Amino acid sequence: MVSVASTNFTGEANTMGLLIDYEYCTGCYACIVACQRELELDPKTYGIKVHGYGPVEVGDDKWEWSYLPMPTSRCDLCAERTAEGRLPSCVHHCPANVMYYGTLEELSKKLAEKSTQVLYSL
Amino acid sequence: MINELNTELYHPGEWRWQEGDRTVTRTSQWTAPGCHNGCGILVYTEDGKFVKAEGDPLSGWQGRLCARCLDMQEAVNHSDRLKYPLLRDGERGENKWKRISWDEAVQWLKDAHQDVCEEIRTYPGGIGPEGFVSLTGTGRNTMWQVGMLTRAVFGSCNAGSGFLSGDSCYQSRMFSCMLKAGDCWIQDTACQFPDRYDNPKYRIPEVVVLWGHEPLASNGDLFGHWYIDLIRRGTKFITIDPALTWLASKSELHLRPRVGTDSALAMTMLNVIMSEELYDKDFVEKWSYGFDELKEAVAEWTPEKGEEVTWVPADLITSAARMYADANPGQISWGVTVDMHVDGTELCFAINDLVAMCGNLDTPGGNVLLRYAYNTSKKYGAGLEFLSKEILDRRIGIDRNPILASGFSQAISTDMIVEQLESADPYPILMTFCHGTNPLSCTGCDTTRIYNAMMKARYNVVYDVFMTPTAVAVADLVLPAAMSVERKSFRSWWQPLRSITQCCDRYYESKGDDELIWYLGKEFNPDFFNKFERLEDFLTWLIQDEGNGVDYTYDELTEKVYDYWDWNMEYKKYEKGMLRTDGKPGFVTATGKYEFLCPVLDVIGTYTMPVFIEPYESPVRTPELLEDYPLLLTTGHRAPWFFHSEHRQLKYMRQFMEYPDCDISKDAAEKYGIAEGDLIWIESPRGKCKQIARIAPGIQPQTVRIRHGWWFPEQEGAAPNFYGTFEANCNNLTTIGVMGRIGFAAPVKGGLCKIYKVTPDNDCLVGKIYKEEGGFGGEHQLYWRS
Repeated sequence: MVSVASTNFTGEANTMGLLIDYEYCTGCYACIVACQRELELDPKTYGIKVHGYGPVEVGDDKWEWSYLPMPTSRCDLCAERTAEGRLPSCVHHCPANVMYYGTLEELSKKLAEKSTQVLYSL
Repeated sequence: MINELNTELYHPGEWRWQEGDRTVTRTSQWTAPGCHNGCGILVYTEDGKFVKAEGDPLSGWQGRLCARCLDMQEAVNHSDRLKYPLLRDGERGENKWKRISWDEAVQWLKDAHQDVCEEIRTYPGGIGPEGFVSLTGTGRNTMWQVGMLTRAVFGSCNAGSGFLSGDSCYQSRMFSCMLKAGDCWIQDTACQFPDRYDNPKYRIPEVVVLWGHEPLASNGDLFGHWYIDLIRRGTKFITIDPALTWLASKSELHLRPRVGTDSALAMTMLNVIMSEELYDKDFVEKWSYGFDELKEAVAEWTPEKGEEVTWVPADLITSAARMYADANPGQISWGVTVDMHVDGTELCFAINDLVAMCGNLDTPGGNVLLRYAYNTSKKYGAGLEFLSKEILDRRIGIDRNPILASGFSQAISTDMIVEQLESADPYPILMTFCHGTNPLSCTGCDTTRIYNAMMKARYNVVYDVFMTPTAVAVADLVLPAAMSVERKSFRSWWQPLRSITQCCDRYYESKGDDELIWYLGKEFNPDFFNKFERLEDFLTWLIQDEGNGVDYTYDELTEKVYDYWDWNMEYKKYEKGMLRTDGKPGFVTATGKYEFLCPVLDVIGTYTMPVFIEPYESPVRTPELLEDYPLLLTTGHRAPWFFHSEHRQLKYMRQFMEYPDCDISKDAAEKYGIAEGDLIWIESPRGKCKQIARIAPGIQPQTVRIRHGWWFPEQEGAAPNFYGTFEANCNNLTTIGVMGRIGFAAPVKGGLCKIYKVTPDNDCLVGKIYKEEGGFGGEHQLYWRS
C-alpha cells in the first residue's frame, strides 16, 4: 500500500476545501470506496470516513437521521486529479451530489447560503 | 469555480482514447457484477487488463457511481473467479471439480441434451427438448439472452426464473401496466432525456410516493439517488413501508402498513380520492373505461375499514390520498415489494388506477409510458420463432396457467417448474441451466424444497462468474461467465439504447452471455447461427430487429455509446396517436382506453379490478399460528453494497457488512429478551435462519425485517456448509406453490415468524438439515391460489 503524504493538518494557511451538504448525504459510502481506491488504501482504512447520527425521533414521527463524511489526514484532495483538472474522486462520484470542491473563498459563500452544511479546510 | 472540471479531459463525442499507458473506453456497465442501472462509465485498461471504472460526467448519469462500480477492479480481477469449464469430479456437494476444455463442455452438453430428448420421447406426446429448463436471474442482462439460449439454442419451450415464487419480481407490475394501459410506465426522473432535469418538457414532481421501495439501496430500474435530486428541487415524499428507511425519515408522511395489506391501503386511497372527487375528471371522462365499476368496488373501503385492516391510522391514509391527488404532478415509485404478496397483481391494478385517475399517466414528472429504446422485440420472448406449435403446447403448466395459455407471457411459472421437478408429471425435467442465477442463496423460495427438487434433475448446469452455493450443491457442469467490461453486448432497457463494449481481455476462458449463445448456437443450431460470422453480426441482428429496430450496426453503436430514442421523449402519447399500431389516439387496450375495469382479465379468469386478499399466513387468516409465530415477517432487505447474492467475496464491500442483520422493534426485543447485536433465530412454519438483531427505531412494532442473498465465500464450500448460505437464508422461511390467482405474485415478503436467541443448546448447522435431514420437516404447500 502506498503511504500518502498529508497536505493538511500542517497548520499552514490554506486555500482549498471540501463543502458537504449533509442534509442530503444518504450514507451510501461511495465516497469511502472512491477514496480507498484512489489512494490505494485497505478496507477499513480511510481517507474519508462517514459518521452517522440517528435515526432518533425528535417529534411525533419526525426523525433526525444524518450522515457526515469527514476527511482524514490521508486526504490530499486527490492532488494528482485536481492538478490536471479533474475533481477529487469522492466529489466526482458522490451519488447524492452533496460534495463540493473549490476555494475556501467561494465555498464560504456557498456555506452561508444554506444550513446543514460543513466546510473543511484541507 | 466550485466543482468545475476540465471537460476536455473526458473527450466529448469520443468512445475510446489513450491516456498515457491506459486506454479509456466510454460505455455502460451492465453485469456482471449485477445491478439494474446500466450507468455510464469510463473504463480504464492497461495491457488488456482492467484498472478502474470512473463515472462518465458527460453521460446522463453525470459521473456518479455507487460503491459497487467504484470497486469493480476487485470483482473483475478476483482470483476466485471461475476460470475454466469445470466438470463435477465427485458427488454433488463435494465441491470437487475437473477442469475441461470448452470443446469437452460442448460435447457434454450435446450428450446430455440428446439423452434428455431421447428419454422425453418415451413419454406420451414427448418431443424431446422440453425436458430442458433454463432458469435466469434478474439484473444480469439475461433478457433476450435466456430466450435465445432456451429456444434458439436448445430448442426448448421452458424458460423460467430462478425459483422466485410467483415470479414475483416485476411480472405483476408489468402485467398490470400492460393490461390496463397497454404499455409499461416508469417513474419519471427525466432519465429519458440526455439533458435530464433541464429538458424544457420535464416538470419536477410535487409529490413522490415510494411504495414498498427503498431506491437508495435497491436501485430498481433507475439510479436511486435521482430521488435526492428531486428532493433538492422541492419534491415532497410519502413513504409506504413497515420500516423506517432513510427516505422515510425525510418524508412528509410515512405509512407503515401491516405486512401484506397494501392492497387494502391502495383501495382506501382510491375510495378517498373518488368520493372526494379529487381525481382528474378530464382524463377519466375522455380516456378511461370502467370508472363507475371501480368506484363501486372500492366504496366499502372507508378510512376506518382501511385502518382496521392495515393498522395505518385512518387520518393518515386520508392525508396521503389527498396529498398525492392534489399534487401536480404526482408520481408513484413502486418497488419489488408490491409483487411479493398473494394479491400483488391486484395491488398493482390499484396503484395503476391511482396513477391514471390522478392524471399522472404519461405526464411530465408523473409516470411515463416508455418502451425499450427503439422498441426492439428481442426481449424475454426472443426466439419463439424457433419453436413449433407442438412444443409450445408442452410448456410446463400450460393446462393450468391461464397467463401462459393466453399467450400473454412466455415465462414458465417457477412454482410449476418445482412441482414438475418433484412429480415428473406429465414428463420429467431432466436438465436445468442456471443462467446467472444462484437460487439456493437468493431467489429460491422455500429453499430446502428447491434443493431437493433440483437434486432430482439428471443434469444441472450453472453458468456464472464465481463458484456459488448453487453450483456446489447441485451442478454437474459449471461454465465461467465474463463480466460486463469483458463483454460485447448492449442494453435497450428503456432509455437510452447503449453500448456494452468489451474493454479488456476476458478472464481466462470465460465467455460473455451473448458470446455463449452465439458460440453454442453454432453447435446446436448451425443453420441459424452460422449466418453470423462474428459475434458483432449476431448483435447487429438483435438491435436491428429485422427492420423494427435501429438502421445501423453493432459496431456503430459501440461508437455512438448512447442513442436516445425520440419516441421515449414524448409525453401524452395516447393523445398523439403514438401508442396504437392503427395510429389512432388511445391506449393499446381492448377498449382503447385506460381500463379501470379490464374485461380481458375476466376472459383470462381472474379479478378484473383491485381486490384485497388477506395474506396467506396472517393474524387474520391463520390466527391459530399466532401463538407459535406472533410476529410479521418481511424479507429481502437490501444494502447498497450488494446486488442480491453478488459482491459477497469483495472485501471492500464486506467492510460495511460482515454478516446480515435483521431489524426488530424495541418492543419485540424487550418481549423476547433480545439485545442489539445478538445472533437470533428467525423461524416460520417452514424453516429458520440466523441473522444479527438490530433494534430498529421507527419500524412497525410487530414487523421483523430480514436480509436476503447471503453466503460467505470465505467459508467452506463443500456440504454440509455450502459456503454457509443456508445459515442466514431468509428463504428457509418462505413458500413455493402459494400464488396469486393468475400465477404471478407470492407471499415472499409476507408471513408469520418468531424470534429467539441462538444459544449453544439450540444452535446447529442449517446446511446439515438440508443435506442429512431432507429439510425442516414442515409441510409444503402443493398448490394454493388466491
